[in-house]
Amino acid sequence: MKHRALLSARLSLLLLGSFLLGTATAENFTIVAASDLRYALDEIVAAYIAEHPEHQPSVIYGSSGQFHAQISNGAPYDLYFSADIVYPQMLHEAGLTADEPAIYALGRIVLWSANRDASTLHLSDLVRDDIRRIAIAQPEHAPYGQRAQEALEATGIWSTVQPKLVFGENIAHAAQMAESGAADIGIIALSLALFPTMTAQGYHLIDADLHAPLTQAYVITRYGQGKPGVLDFSRYMESDTAHTIMQRYGFAMPE
Amino acid sequence: MLGLNPADWQAIEVTLKLCLYTTIFLLLIATPLAWWLSGKTSSLRVAIQAIVALPLVLPPTVLGFYLLMAMGPRGLLGSSLESIGLTHLAFSFEGILVASVLYSLPFAVQPLLESFNNLGRRPVEVASALGAGPVDRFFTVILPLCKGGYVIAATLTFAHTLGEFGVILMLGGSIPGETKVLSVLIYDYAQSMNYDAAHRLSLILLVFSFLVLFTVYGFSRRFQVVRV
Repeated sequence: MKHRALLSARLSLLLLGSFLLGTATAENFTIVAASDLRYALDEIVAAYIAEHPEHQPSVIYGSSGQFHAQISNGAPYDLYFSADIVYPQMLHEAGLTADEPAIYALGRIVLWSANRDASTLHLSDLVRDDIRRIAIAQPEHAPYGQRAQEALEATGIWSTVQPKLVFGENIAHAAQMAESGAADIGIIALSLALFPTMTAQGYHLIDADLHAPLTQAYVITRYGQGKPGVLDFSRYMESDTAHTIMQRYGFAMPE
Repeated sequence: MLGLNPADWQAIEVTLKLCLYTTIFLLLIATPLAWWLSGKTSSLRVAIQAIVALPLVLPPTVLGFYLLMAMGPRGLLGSSLESIGLTHLAFSFEGILVASVLYSLPFAVQPLLESFNNLGRRPVEVASALGAGPVDRFFTVILPLCKGGYVIAATLTFAHTLGEFGVILMLGGSIPGETKVLSVLIYDYAQSMNYDAAHRLSLILLVFSFLVLFTVYGFSRRFQVVRV
């Protein structure tokens, strides 16, 4: 009995030791990303970890404006992917970044619906009476919401559809509102409409001329400065693997 | 006045309307419920009491998620409303009202239950023996004797609805004038770094909530929960 207790004590010491060693060598860092990247970046991170098991990035998704506010207030995030370059640029000017923001993609917005074929719809159809609720991201702090508003304004239907709008806290929240069917239609990111479970429904790509470009950029924060894993991952974003995944989710690479 | 813009006033109006309606509906629902709960202990009563108290411990996201599922066009509640030609409840004022009633249920039931327990059944039985009908018994016996319990139930419900955030964020869709309440507006101001606006509204809520609670504690000191 005593012998067995000793054995298990030794075993747990051994386990504890390997655990401590494991954490000492692996480098953990935190990525915050606009939620249009939810599926694409998950795949890139998984591919990255498979190739570089020594680094352990974890990703938090939200709205670009929200992360900008958090980083400005000292949030411990290493790498920041924004759906609009304006936010990382502001951080850079405030001296809160390690480097200049780097553009990684152009985003696009689409019409998507859970209960109708959105590919046959156009923006002007949103005034129709059978479309009662339209989900967009919060224009105040989510770039996809700002672009949705711009496109609706450019089409001349903003004031008509305004009473029908419901607002998600970020673009993934807006997509979820449309996906649940509670909003008849959503103006969401192309990258989310291309996710396997969503793409069967079809979508209508909104003309990019109707809104300012969604120039997406990432930046290493001052907090993430000098961490080898962070730098390594930002280089990985330029790799063919990352580019292929990004293209599959409809992110056009800037020329 | 106070440097508030029209969007702020709109959110204040929605919030006060939500708090008022929630309080009225909850007092109507909680009175029979608490009265029944104050009866003899049985395992059914214990189970119902536990269900009533659930919003105290559950994260608002659990309630928000299930309500969104139930109230949307594919949910049981939403689809039955649609089938009789009405609109489903997700992203509507009625939807967040239902959510608030459930979310604040324990805050109305607990104080009433406590005062009904203290009151006991005797005064009502006496009134009944003297020929008072159920409505009469409620207005001439229960209400005057349990006034303190009602004041506390109403104020706590009102104040708790004022502080609601997560459920409404998930279920409401931040529609100005309909589901955009103060807490959500403050969140959006903070997210977009409009700290001045966030600060103004937060300060108003802080002062107002303090006054509400000050009133409650003032009352519970003056009356006991029941004044017999």
